[in-house]
Amino acid sequence: MEIKRAVKYERELEKGFSQAVAELSGCEKIFECIQCGTCSSTCPVSLYMDYTPRKLMAMIKAGFKEDALRSVTIWICSSCYSCTVMCPAEIKITDVMYSLKRMAIQEGVFPKRFPTPVLAKEMTNIITNEGRNSELWVILKMLLKTNPFKLLSMASIGLSLFMKGRMGLKKESIEKKNELKSLYKAMKEAS
Amino acid sequence: MKEYGYYPGCSLKGSSKAYEDSLLEVFKVLNVKLKELDDWNCCGATAYFGVDKDMAIAVSGRNLAIAEKSGFKEIVAPCAGCYLTLKKSNQFLKENPSEKIKNAMGKVGLNYNGNVEVLHPLQLFFRDIDLTEVAKNVKIPLKGWKIASYYGCQIVRPYKDFDDPYDPQSLDLIMNALQAEAIDHPCKTRCCGGSLTGTVEDVGLRLVYILLKEIKKRGANAIVTACPLCHFNLDVYQKKISSKFGEKLDIPILHFTQVMGYAFGIDKKKLGFDSLMVSTSKILRA
Repeated sequence: MEIKRAVKYERELEKGFSQAVAELSGCEKIFECIQCGTCSSTCPVSLYMDYTPRKLMAMIKAGFKEDALRSVTIWICSSCYSCTVMCPAEIKITDVMYSLKRMAIQEGVFPKRFPTPVLAKEMTNIITNEGRNSELWVILKMLLKTNPFKLLSMASIGLSLFMKGRMGLKKESIEKKNELKSLYKAMKEAS
Repeated sequence: MKEYGYYPGCSLKGSSKAYEDSLLEVFKVLNVKLKELDDWNCCGATAYFGVDKDMAIAVSGRNLAIAEKSGFKEIVAPCAGCYLTLKKSNQFLKENPSEKIKNAMGKVGLNYNGNVEVLHPLQLFFRDIDLTEVAKNVKIPLKGWKIASYYGCQIVRPYKDFDDPYDPQSLDLIMNALQAEAIDHPCKTRCCGGSLTGTVEDVGLRLVYILLKEIKKRGANAIVTACPLCHFNLDVYQKKISSKFGEKLDIPILHFTQVMGYAFGIDKKKLGFDSLMVSTSKILRA
């Protein structure tokens, strides 16, 4: 059995992390967190997270950048905004989650075979290129990249949706596809 | 006749066609016109905001620009995800318009001056359509129906524009206007997991199971929804959940507009009941 140090040394923390997060829009109030735990208790999925929202807030403030960005927590959050509405310090916790998701994707440290970030990336690509989302194709792409075996268990649901006329094979798109592609290009050039 | 811009979103053209069909039928009866936006694009949902915020705002911004150019002051988005995404982007564009987004949009000929409001159809019943108007059109009173209203999260959070974030009433009041009994329950805005049923199934299915079980325990014989994703999770995954948790749930899930349409006496074929996974034969008259 390998014995590992479970506690971080202070010098291993990223000191500027909390400030960098606080400068992002929606994250301005993170320093006002009083660690009351209202967010974690109102969160319907906190029991599945590696760090509860309260813990994550403490980690951001202390500078646990690596652990926060690599956490599953941010990808389990389903954006129900319960924490945001309940937080007595009025911290927009859902928006903090979004900011960390974007940082994790930019720095390439998101869990590569975890379906949520893969779905987000696939869907974003489809929308940028086609203008519309085709439910079937985006799910297929996600499963192929994460867990192809799951296709089998999804097949029966897919088939019944098809039979009920609720899922087609057609790829949806808008007429002016170039508009969104050019918009994307203009946005990239500006940053 | 009141007219609004109509933003259907991807689900209402795909897996939740029944929501669109019933919505349009019901609004026809109520003398409300919904005019679909030209060449609208997907709102980007929660996915785009998790990848690229500026672009997410611009993607929604394109729809808002189209609406404004077409002369609409208000657009109606029946999907809770679209409603929130468009509303959130609208707020960014109105309150802190970033030069970067404005310039990029301008480069492709999209100009938005912040003159559009985003509404959810539920909201209209407490602003522009009187509930007595709804009651007047009832041909088949829903006597004996015990309906649980399930609002989901994004209609009432984080924006509390027209209802309470934890104990909303709008759907219940509409059901009462149709003479149905609205069952009180604590899960009205508890999250259904959204896309987690497809991504992290173990988490998603358990969230939906809790909702169905708690609602059933309180004696409801049907659940109404006002969001296509909530509806999808509760309806399509119900069979799987029943077998996974070893419990027969068997409770019909209806778009609220289907229930309204039925009470208004609209031909059932036009309301898409056949496309539902959980049979409605126990509650609908043959």
